[in-house]
Amino acid sequence: MNFSFVLDPDTQALYLRGLALTVQLLLGCIAISFLLAIPLAVARNSPLRPVRHVVWLYTYVVRGTPLLLQVYLVYYGLSQFEAVRASAAWFALSNPLFCVLFAFVINETAYSAEIFAGAMRNLPHGEIEAARAFGMAPMVILRRITIPSALRSSLPAYSNEVIIVLHSTSLAATVTLLDLTGAANEVYSTHYLPFEAFMVAAVFYMGMTFAIVRMFRAAEGRFLAHQRPRTV
Amino acid sequence: MLDEGYVGQLVAGLVTTIEVALASLAVATILGFGAALLALSRYPTLRWLMRCYANVIRGVPDLLMMLMLFYGGQIALNNFVEWAGVGFKPQLNQFAAGVITLGSIYGAYFMETFRGALLAIPAGQADAARAFGMSTFKVNTRILLPQMIRFALPGFTNNWLVVSKATALVSVIGLQDVMHRAKSAGAATHQPFTWLLLAGAGYLLITTVSLALLKAVERKASVGVRKVSRT
Repeated sequence: MNFSFVLDPDTQALYLRGLALTVQLLLGCIAISFLLAIPLAVARNSPLRPVRHVVWLYTYVVRGTPLLLQVYLVYYGLSQFEAVRASAAWFALSNPLFCVLFAFVINETAYSAEIFAGAMRNLPHGEIEAARAFGMAPMVILRRITIPSALRSSLPAYSNEVIIVLHSTSLAATVTLLDLTGAANEVYSTHYLPFEAFMVAAVFYMGMTFAIVRMFRAAEGRFLAHQRPRTV
Repeated sequence: MLDEGYVGQLVAGLVTTIEVALASLAVATILGFGAALLALSRYPTLRWLMRCYANVIRGVPDLLMMLMLFYGGQIALNNFVEWAGVGFKPQLNQFAAGVITLGSIYGAYFMETFRGALLAIPAGQADAARAFGMSTFKVNTRILLPQMIRFALPGFTNNWLVVSKATALVSVIGLQDVMHRAKSAGAATHQPFTWLLLAGAGYLLITTVSLALLKAVERKASVGVRKVSRT
């Protein structure tokens, strides 16, 4: 084992830039897909059969195919169409960073929507009934009861999902981006030290995973306090 | 419109994908079951080691792990060959590297599934078997394993679906799976979208067939167990 390359300032900068890109991809993907997933989760449980089925089809197809495939479809695939290359969107689509973020968001929205939709289906019936008894309109029930309650109860599942997204951001390295994995790959090819180069990145990833777990545990302590086992 | 030669290659790639997935599943299941038994052992050191295994795997991306083991494994192999003084340089097989990586990654996830399932079996079952004078091995294989299957099935299904999609990563280290073939065919014919979409259909086929099969297995494993009726 030879970790002397860690002392090189250029290598350090490479890793830190990689770390910054990974964090940006993670936060960007989580923020956008979270906002998209909530209305989709509501639609997934819609009383209208066609609406329900369209969302089901979307999540089934996205969750049934690998993320790497989705990244390639956006990054390599879309250039097949002359119309896409001629359009204004090509400016964004020829940028690998936009492509991976786009693919990550499509993927993550499907998973989050299923988590939130499942939580909505499993809400205690009494909560909704009580809201109705108070004379709340359907939209008010959705906004003030169903969504907040479902988001709370999906916290544990969602924390796992965020960790999976962190791991998924490593796929950015497959389309030439220098995220943490891409940086490690670069260090490996410069110094020819695979174990060491990837291990440094692994330590960063583990640190981030640990931080995410800690943050969600704190959030659960705050938002799921009513479910904590009572101590006598 | 679609070149038939490439269609044949894509199908061959799909077969490779299924082979990698099944081999990884086998490795992960065996590893996971062994690890689950160790995680429930009476020795704290073993339990601690298994917790470390789960935490490391949970903390590091699959792709990073695969690159590390593939490139690192090749160098370790080269060093070993040099040290042993063998005349030729063996290449690390991508299939083996992929299966070992995916197997050891998902072994940790299967460990969690099996651990939970083993804990769900009433403790009296193992006690009774021991009281009959069964050895630990017999208790594990005859009493715990068959009953565990029912509890482990939902998690197992989930893990298998994740593994079958994770095999796409082996295309990054150069194995000719369905992803790799679709990408090459797309580049050669200037129709990347079409070929990647076909590969996607292949993955959806795997998912759909597995879901149907596992539902049948679940029905068989739950014979004699009545579901709580929903009112």
